[in-house]
Amino acid sequence: MKSYEEFLRSIPQKSCIDETHDFLGEISRKQELNAFITLNEENAVCAAAESDVRFADGRPRSLEGMIVALKDNIATAGIRTTCASKMLENYVPVSNASVADSLRESGAVVIGKTNMDEFAMGSSNENSVFGAVAHPLNADYVPGGSSGGSAVAVAAGMAHAALGTDTGGSVRQPAAFCGVVGFKPSYGRISRSGVVAFASSFDQIGIFAPDVYSTARIFDAVSGRDRRDSTTADLPPAQSFDTVRRPLPEHFTVATLPDDQLEGCDEDVMCVYRRSLEIWLSAGAKIMTATIPHSEAWIPAYYVLATAEASSNLARFDGIRYGCRVAGDYDDITVASRSQGFGAEVKRRIMLGTYVLSSGYYDSYFGKAQRARRLIYDGYASIFEKADILFLPTTPTPAFRRGEKINDPVAMYLSDYFTVSANLAGIPAVSVPAGESAGGMPVGMQLQARRYDDERLLQFARCFQESAKI
Amino acid sequence: MTESIVSNTSIVETNSEYEAVIGLEVHAQLLTESKAFCGCSSDFGALPNTNVCPVCLGHPGSLPKLNRNLVEFILKMGLATGCKIREHSIFSRKNYFYADLPKGYQISQYSDPICYDGKIEIELGDGATKRIGITRIHMEEDTGKSIHDLDIDTLIDYNRCGVPLIEIVSEPDIRSATEAYQYLMQIRQIVMYLGICDGNLEEGSLRCDANVSVRKRGSTKFGVKTEVKNLNSFRNVEKAIGYETDRQIALIKSGGFVTQETRMWDASSQQTKLMRSKEQAHDYRYFPEPDLAGVYVNAEWVERVKSVLPELPMERKQRFMNFYGLPRYDAGIFVEDKSLSDFFERCAGELETKSADRFKAVSNWIMTEVMRILSDRKIGINELAVLPKHIAELVELFVGEVVSSKIAKEIFSDVLANGKSPKVIVSEKNLAQISDVAQIEKAVSEILAANGDNVEKYKAGKTNLFGFFVSQTLKATGGRANPRIVTEELQRQLNAV
Ligand SMILES: [Zn+2]
Repeated sequence: MKSYEEFLRSIPQKSCIDETHDFLGEISRKQELNAFITLNEENAVCAAAESDVRFADGRPRSLEGMIVALKDNIATAGIRTTCASKMLENYVPVSNASVADSLRESGAVVIGKTNMDEFAMGSSNENSVFGAVAHPLNADYVPGGSSGGSAVAVAAGMAHAALGTDTGGSVRQPAAFCGVVGFKPSYGRISRSGVVAFASSFDQIGIFAPDVYSTARIFDAVSGRDRRDSTTADLPPAQSFDTVRRPLPEHFTVATLPDDQLEGCDEDVMCVYRRSLEIWLSAGAKIMTATIPHSEAWIPAYYVLATAEASSNLARFDGIRYGCRVAGDYDDITVASRSQGFGAEVKRRIMLGTYVLSSGYYDSYFGKAQRARRLIYDGYASIFEKADILFLPTTPTPAFRRGEKINDPVAMYLSDYFTVSANLAGIPAVSVPAGESAGGMPVGMQLQARRYDDERLLQFARCFQESAKI
Repeated sequence: MTESIVSNTSIVETNSEYEAVIGLEVHAQLLTESKAFCGCSSDFGALPNTNVCPVCLGHPGSLPKLNRNLVEFILKMGLATGCKIREHSIFSRKNYFYADLPKGYQISQYSDPICYDGKIEIELGDGATKRIGITRIHMEEDTGKSIHDLDIDTLIDYNRCGVPLIEIVSEPDIRSATEAYQYLMQIRQIVMYLGICDGNLEEGSLRCDANVSVRKRGSTKFGVKTEVKNLNSFRNVEKAIGYETDRQIALIKSGGFVTQETRMWDASSQQTKLMRSKEQAHDYRYFPEPDLAGVYVNAEWVERVKSVLPELPMERKQRFMNFYGLPRYDAGIFVEDKSLSDFFERCAGELETKSADRFKAVSNWIMTEVMRILSDRKIGINELAVLPKHIAELVELFVGEVVSSKIAKEIFSDVLANGKSPKVIVSEKNLAQISDVAQIEKAVSEILAANGDNVEKYKAGKTNLFGFFVSQTLKATGGRANPRIVTEELQRQLNAV
């Protein structure tokens, strides 16, 4: 892993152009990881040259020379944005996502577009028309998903940082599997404009980096109200970089889940979890046990609502205006194009979502899931009346083997158990590397906070990461 | 447009055994400058696919943004129809696949529409009115347009896609095709008075679907309804509903059952035809639109819109009758077209002497001379280059007997041709009527003297020669002699012979 913080300390001995070439070299040496779908070499080198001038002139911008990879569901003007789907294999957006604009304006260098689960649907990065992404430590293991390519890009030293999207854990889970920091801000803190929607009321751009400092720098640069996204919160851009450097308060409370809600975790994860609690205690935390009601409803509520929205969001891919088109009669184009353009997991979720919205079923599925969502939100609100953060594992297990769960959708869906609730409630959550399994695979722990308390969450995450340093 | 009501008396209007129960769903395309959820111009008459952007083409990653004018416009309609305004309403997605629907869903409102529980008064002749309830009025976006009837493949124009619409849903309070016609006419007049829609049924800026059922008169239960589509003119609305109620009654009378289905009015065969059965009906899978925040309308906003609401057609009609003393018929004709009624008011305002007979004379002049030209030239009043002041002058010239109505018509042609004031034309061409009795007395006696033989014949009983003497006298005065005085003078002199 190569951090931006280190790189900044190496300037001016090292130039941005050199750094960019180093990363491009690393990417080509590690092609077998399959982390990237499309590289942006020429533009990246040009941007790096501009950054060198800025550094030399003493007027660097907030992310000057930071090498960033973008998940391939974030629109980049002139660079194909495929969502790892045959449907959009050759789709080139006409405009940038708002985050891509913000990154460029802040001086970041976009090095390429990363592999992912098709349309961000998956937890193992095995659902990609460009092939699976391999875990950097062991190619037989999955890197997690759906933002697997972005997590690997950072973990394997192919970018200083990366953006992904987190709909039910798609940033935090691969971050935990790969041993990097993965931050999902509160819903509405970062514009979704230009992010190919999976489930609009859950999707949130997330940030991968080796440490919380770089995470905070990026968050500050890309967050804030965006006219192009009506669902962005009416808040100014974050100013977390200052906040994260502050020490922990003298008195603070960390909430933890009761034992029965941790039952699904394997011993490797529990081991790291227990050691982490000791870290909190020695940092002066008051620990309390908090129960989020209806934890049995997390996964079903999430999959009902997210697939319902997805079934509608993906209806636009009809083969008429762009994307995969199978020639045929006027009436057949849509059916044939969708049949060929979408992979199995995407089709499964579209069908599930279509079913739960069907007349006669709406109330028993969609309506019920919405009520559960409300209760989860309320449950969190009452926890954060008493506690500063909720501390829990990011995933029930470390990275699993390729092929292990791909034919068992329910087992795969359950690996999102600890992550979906933050998306259901719209609260911020971050996964921080906290230890290793017996087999040497990274294990991540998760911190969650009240909605819009992103800056303080990152402050706690920075302190935890530094204390947990193995 | 003054299409007369087709006298298409269906069974239901003459048969006392059954009654029709009708509800209308009217879509009105709004005249906002930009589309509902993006910045594109809503002028969909431009070259195909020129007023489009990633948002209205449904490109991946694009997000809708609500045009606040759309809310402003629907508030006008809601307040004009006495609706309650919901403080917080949300958008929903109406999901279905169609080539001219780029996102695969229409952004609409489903539960909790912004306007609800209103009413419209319709006239049933002789000034009797009936109240038709408005269930709801909500916002949605239009689709694109598929063009199939070309030799090549289907073509799609997305210019119209995303243009804002409002849907006005009535209660099932309508009981006949004529009432449906009147209701639709009222809606059309209201949207035009509010300036939110151009009200053109033929071009589709106003669209209407009807839910029709029949039941035994006196029954309180509703019958099974059918939805009738493709009602693209006032005439067709009336005919289709008339046909459909007759069809349903005939079906029931012959021992059959009405089935719930969607039917299409086929103007060429003058029938409604099955379009899709209940089983084939779309399941729109409505759910709340997650890409848009809700619409919040506070009391202040409602008050502001209320304070700028214009006078509505029914109010104007009443005022024309009360203030100008116009007959109900005249007032009705004018308010049907807001511009025409505005024109009448401007003409009336230009009169030097404001009196009921002059107002009526202005009304007559507009309804005959002006409207004849409009219909000949197929134009609206705003496209006719004539000053209200000139109409007022003209009316005063012939009401004051300065010119005859025949001369007045000639002057009107001149006014239209060169825009000169009628008064100027009269003096330039020396057209003023001769009302000087002495002058006319002289002309009459000269005509009688020159036509002694005809005077003889007249005295002998050929009284129809009177017209001959009138025309000879008028001819001798260049058509300017006041015909009333000529007649009086002729009668006097002939009697004296
Ligand atoms: Zn547009």
